[in-house]
Amino acid sequence: MTRLRRLFLAPSVTLTVLLFLTPLGILLVYTFLTRGAYGGMGAPWTLENWVRVADPLYLGILVRSVLAAAVSTLLCLVLGFPLALFISRAGRRKNLYLFLVVLPFWTSFLIRTYAWMFLLRDTGLINTLLISAGIVREPLPLLYNYGAVVLGLVYGYLPFMVLPLYAALERIDSNLLEASSDLGAHPWQTLKRVVLPLSAPGVRAGLILVFIPCLGAYLTPDLLGGGKTILIGTLIQNQFSTARDWPFGSAVSLALMAAVMVLLMVLARRHGDSLL
Amino acid sequence: MEPVLELDRVSKHFPGHKAVDQLNLTLLDGEFFCLLGPSGCGKTTTLRLIAGFEEPTDGEIRLRGQAISRLKPYQRNINTVFQSYALFPHLTVRANIEFGMRYRGNPARNALEKTVEMLQLGDKIDRLPAQLSGGERQRVALARSLVLEPDVLLLDEPLSALDPNLRKQVRGELKDLQRRTGITFLFITHDQEEALSMSDRLAVMNQGKIEQTGTPQDVYLKPSTRFAATFLGPMNWVNSTGIRPESTRVAPAPPGDDVRTMPAQVEDSIFLGNCVHVKARLVTGEPFVAEVPRTMPRFMPGDRVHLWWEPSDELHLPPQ
Repeated sequence: MTRLRRLFLAPSVTLTVLLFLTPLGILLVYTFLTRGAYGGMGAPWTLENWVRVADPLYLGILVRSVLAAAVSTLLCLVLGFPLALFISRAGRRKNLYLFLVVLPFWTSFLIRTYAWMFLLRDTGLINTLLISAGIVREPLPLLYNYGAVVLGLVYGYLPFMVLPLYAALERIDSNLLEASSDLGAHPWQTLKRVVLPLSAPGVRAGLILVFIPCLGAYLTPDLLGGGKTILIGTLIQNQFSTARDWPFGSAVSLALMAAVMVLLMVLARRHGDSLL
Repeated sequence: MEPVLELDRVSKHFPGHKAVDQLNLTLLDGEFFCLLGPSGCGKTTTLRLIAGFEEPTDGEIRLRGQAISRLKPYQRNINTVFQSYALFPHLTVRANIEFGMRYRGNPARNALEKTVEMLQLGDKIDRLPAQLSGGERQRVALARSLVLEPDVLLLDEPLSALDPNLRKQVRGELKDLQRRTGITFLFITHDQEEALSMSDRLAVMNQGKIEQTGTPQDVYLKPSTRFAATFLGPMNWVNSTGIRPESTRVAPAPPGDDVRTMPAQVEDSIFLGNCVHVKARLVTGEPFVAEVPRTMPRFMPGDRVHLWWEPSDELHLPPQ
């Protein structure tokens, strides 16, 4: 029996070791190397890259990225909760609404982000309409700023919030909501005292599923933020491409990973259950 | 006694289906009332209309004279014990019982302690519902509602989730609890034995309408419809005349002239411990069951017998 179980486990273990842990180990080695004059890297061994990660300039980018991810995640929660609640009580229409939530996944994320650029830019749909309606004279600065990045992140990751919330809310027995009302609770009190506590595992899963990819997001900040709003994903990408500083890029990557892991462990310890 | 709850020609129509149809019902203050009917007869919809989970299509519901049909459940001084109990799984027994107390006026200072003691939940007060047995969960559901002293307590087949041995014991406890609190109970069930044994009055419901209302004795002994007669207990029929098995006697020879008598042939004789069921067929073809004392000589299949009964035990109910 145990032999059979090991056999089932073997493919995924092999893949994880080969394609995840090994590159991670290589990345860790890189962080202690020195960048070469024309790209590449080599001796001498150094701690310089890790010291640079702690530089206020880069710490500032990290803080800004955490804030952008946190704001986006909270907005996803605020928008996603009512939506998930609505879908979970929609009876036979549930599947239709769920289908609509995941419908954006049918096209590539890149194309959808470009679509936002067409909407938001100075000569885009929104500004054209506003100007032709005489509401504004000059186009509004909708693109290439912090707000556009948050908008793009919320748009992109909202389904990852809605789905776990839906799963948790759908499991709440509707008798419990009736019981709460029966005992005298106004719908808002039912929401606060019954629905929210019982959906907490879904909220936690949604927060994690949205926050982590938002923190490491590269595409959205790069396309919608322009050059101005540099976030940590863009920083890492720059190190590996234009700056050709692989050792430092590796150090920032691992620092980001460590930060996320610490966060998850704190969350897991507080709730005494698994990470999700 | 005062009427506490009145349903005045209340209807609830769902698309293509009249769940409750022009229903009239009056509950008196402090009585134990059973609404008895087969599944799908509309009794649960009736309960949901009274609780406020559904709005009637037509008619009016009055609680102590006040129209309440358009009020939300949280605006009615009526509480429900759900079939599944619907305890809040994230709250302790104490928090479950306290849940509604903050919304309903100012309950007596020691209302919680009194209720907990009455339902013997003292040592379970800090447990979660998942840590309780079925019987304990039911007592928490009762406590949660009773602590609010509602005008009417609705109970939706609360015994069906319990195992059969516990069920009979809980019947007595519920009846006792109702007497001690003086709260009006409206108990929904499809089990005629439950209804007969617990209620002060009961109503037999069928296809969205009440067939008959009365004391258990009234309805059992003088059913006004065929449905009420057969739903409350087995019945033998000869054309429009019904005779209960326990009123039917079996004799080897024709008895005296002042009783009704029918020749029949025994098909089976079933020993049930406290009595014997003699299954027979009349010469005219109708099946007939007689419940006879086990001390009587045993009848065998094929025996030619005479079934007889007192004319006063006959019920004359034409088929609908």
